Amino acid sequence: MGKSLLASTLALVLAKKGLTVGLFDLDFTSPSSHLILGVKNLQPTEDRGIIPPQIHGLKYMSIIYYSGNNPVPLRGADVSNALIELLTVVKWGRLDYLVLDMPPGISDATLDLMRLIKNAEFLMVTTPSQLAFETVRKLADLLRELGASVIGVVENMKMTQTDFVQRQTKALGLAFLGSIPFDKNLESTLGKPDRLLATVFGEKVKLLNSKIEKNQTSKL
Amino acid sequence: MHEWALAEAVISAAAEAADKEGLKRVTEVVIGLGELQQIEDDILHFALSQLKKDKLVKARFKIEKVKAKMRCRACGNTWVFNTKELDKSMTEAIHFVPEVAHVYVKCPNCSSPDFEVLEGRGVWLLSIKGV
Repeated sequence: MGKSLLASTLALVLAKKGLTVGLFDLDFTSPSSHLILGVKNLQPTEDRGIIPPQIHGLKYMSIIYYSGNNPVPLRGADVSNALIELLTVVKWGRLDYLVLDMPPGISDATLDLMRLIKNAEFLMVTTPSQLAFETVRKLADLLRELGASVIGVVENMKMTQTDFVQRQTKALGLAFLGSIPFDKNLESTLGKPDRLLATVFGEKVKLLNSKIEKNQTSKL
Repeated sequence: MHEWALAEAVISAAAEAADKEGLKRVTEVVIGLGELQQIEDDILHFALSQLKKDKLVKARFKIEKVKAKMRCRACGNTWVFNTKELDKSMTEAIHFVPEVAHVYVKCPNCSSPDFEVLEGRGVWLLSIKGV
């Protein structure tokens, strides 16, 4: 779906605007945002907790500081425990935004997040595939049942002209935030955030952020 | 020292437990401290003494250490975690995020990383006394 790419790019866009932004990779078993940001030789410091290091204007936290490039074979309960541990000991300081890069679909991390961070708002990412949207539909139902706030749905990796996701999103009563075309140049920007922000994908995420801001303002 | 962050969490949990039990003043809090994370109990104790406030200001904190015991899901073997088998960077990583034990620790019998921590993980409240 490109969740990590979208989360990382959105965090970079917000930071470029001069906001104080944290990015927390909660996909403990398959972290990838460090590759997008080009994180190398970076470690948190300690001061009555763990202080996330800064990279490209972001406060960045990931399990890779502790697991390195090794596989992280965690079961659901372990994911929950690791999440609670890190939420307890990481000291973000004052932030304008904390962007959480989640594992796909309904996972232990999703359920824990809803339980532990009451004011979290969810941005759902899908591809034009009916299969991918089925996951969005189930997650949207769950979020609604639990009273969680949903920012809206973004269609990523669009390759053909279809309004399937837009129609389905509206049918769910959610905000459709736009489509991002499949960008074959993205792979060459991994580890180079400035180049990432200059791609079509980067430009679309800037538009996406403007739309989110506009929707949030109109809610006030 | 992330012992301070854990101490803050203990204080907050103890205050919540005191409210739930209807206590006006807490006299004693007993904490379980799992050995998996290699938390420095002296630092934790000191942090607790510095951070305690309100209902907990006169509370005495007792720490009971619990050995980290694992059971392999693949072969059923149980064993006690021993930090001496790991290098410093690995024990440090486990200190901050105990679950990364699954990255560095294997079952001594079958080498599987698929084990459960039966006991000795984290910090938890064992009991709370007060009036």
